[in-house]
Amino acid sequence: MGTLVEEIFSRKAGRQVSAGEIVMLDVDYIMSHDNTTPLAIKAFREIGKPVRFVDKIVIHFDHAYPAPNVQAAENQKKALAFIREQGIKNFFHQGVCHQVMIEEGFVTPGAVIIGGDSHTNTYGALGAFSTGFGSTEIGVAWSTGKAWFKVPATILIRLEGQTRPGIYSKDVMLMVAGMLGMDGGTYKSLEFAGSYIDALPVHARIVFANMSTEVGAKCGLIAPDQKTIDFLTNETKAQGPFELVKAVNPVYEKVITIDVSQIESQVACHPDVDNVKPLSAVAGMAIDQVFIGTCTNGRYEDLEIVASILKGKKVSPYTRTIITPASTVIYQKAMKNGLIDIFIEAGCTVNGVGCGACIGRHGGILAPGEKAFTTMNRNFIGRMGSAEAEIYLGSPAAAAATALEGKIADPRPYLEANHG
Amino acid sequence: MGKAWTFEDNLNTDEIIPARYNITIDPKELAKFVFCEVKPDYPKLVVAGDVVVGGNNFGCGSSREHAPIAIKGSGAKCVIAPSFARIFFRNAINIGLPILECREAADEIKEGDEVDVDLKTGQIYNLTSGKNYQAKPLPDFVLKIAAAGGIVNFLKEHDIEDLV
Repeated sequence: MGTLVEEIFSRKAGRQVSAGEIVMLDVDYIMSHDNTTPLAIKAFREIGKPVRFVDKIVIHFDHAYPAPNVQAAENQKKALAFIREQGIKNFFHQGVCHQVMIEEGFVTPGAVIIGGDSHTNTYGALGAFSTGFGSTEIGVAWSTGKAWFKVPATILIRLEGQTRPGIYSKDVMLMVAGMLGMDGGTYKSLEFAGSYIDALPVHARIVFANMSTEVGAKCGLIAPDQKTIDFLTNETKAQGPFELVKAVNPVYEKVITIDVSQIESQVACHPDVDNVKPLSAVAGMAIDQVFIGTCTNGRYEDLEIVASILKGKKVSPYTRTIITPASTVIYQKAMKNGLIDIFIEAGCTVNGVGCGACIGRHGGILAPGEKAFTTMNRNFIGRMGSAEAEIYLGSPAAAAATALEGKIADPRPYLEANHG
Repeated sequence: MGKAWTFEDNLNTDEIIPARYNITIDPKELAKFVFCEVKPDYPKLVVAGDVVVGGNNFGCGSSREHAPIAIKGSGAKCVIAPSFARIFFRNAINIGLPILECREAADEIKEGDEVDVDLKTGQIYNLTSGKNYQAKPLPDFVLKIAAAGGIVNFLKEHDIEDLV
């Protein structure tokens, strides 16, 4: 009985739990990356107890990999020594941690996964409970296999209808973020449902779970369905059978219903994710850098949309256009299908996989006064380099159109009629 | 007793400590850059015992523990705010940075006010205005972690099951 998060937690706890309770749960996987692993190692060493379940530990090098400076190199050297010392087999440097977690099959419906990264919420799109922790608790979980949670109350967000052509899940999520505000989901579970979500392919659903973090939510969940099972079976290494965990007689703290049929392209403007405006309000603003990638919108289908807009054209010579595929699987597929050729011929810079410019340490750093238009999830001051730079967030299609014009541009004129 | 440093609503972890400085985990090193973009005087002038007074949703954004570690490393005695972002809340408790939820105090305390805090009782004293406040009590398991000085110290002596 209960909301999706109550159902997931109740199964794990072996008893009925409900919002407000504190529960101690066995976690299925404990994820961390090159940025958060060093502090987790420090906490783990100080606790002084051995690793409880080595196969639950998953470590990715993605934030600044290969290392762009000596300090990052030293941190990675230390982390690698720990990985070897502990015999951690789940070690990856094949792209953004959240994408690789899904591809490698760690994410399944009903699983409980914690990660040393705020966008760990991402796996909720597949019906897993997942949330971000600080490094110390990652070290704690290595030695205990457990974590405490306050069972969150749930806000149900019903998205009804279908979007117009050229409008993507990113546009819908940005609108939701603008409505809720940066603290509108704090401590809550957000459940995304409705006819729009039902019809949406899994790669596009991921945007909602991923960006639930930006409104403060503990998790962003979508009930798994046949689309989820097909995705897990065909596009990941996850092993079935998969359980279709769902809410049973749920009591929601709040229900928000949104008709998505009239939504326009949206842009989250400098300097907050909830400073959301219709793209038309900022169209024409000159842009110095377009960055396409990340755990939000660096997937194959995103790159496909970008390629359909850039094919046979040239990006503005004064706008650096950087494309960073989220994972090696995506990169290879893009290469085989000619997308990388299209990007290079259009004048884009195609970077190696990983978080890239999103974290402001390599792969496209902004100078003071520069403006970036990106497919990221976050536009905080200083995130991509200079604190005097500005970051605007939008869909991959809007990013591609912006790259062509060198200023924020509506993607719809560039899209074929059959695109949706 | 210390001086109050006040901050806006929705102060995010990049504003507490920009990602480019997270190349170290040394609290004193991190403290050199804490709040450097939103309040450049803070890292230069903060004195041990000063108090950080934030707005709503303090510490939103990344999961980086560098943010509370940098604040703790700067010598600040605690953070007072009307509400905290969830990962920052957990991180602060886990690393032993005291945090107090009190809307009235956060709204009324002004930059530079002399403030004293009794962490055990949650009493906040504004010596400049003469007004006192009571912060929201923390759950029992949080007090257990706080009493041990953080989760790492707690686990040296206890099993994690002892928390709840």
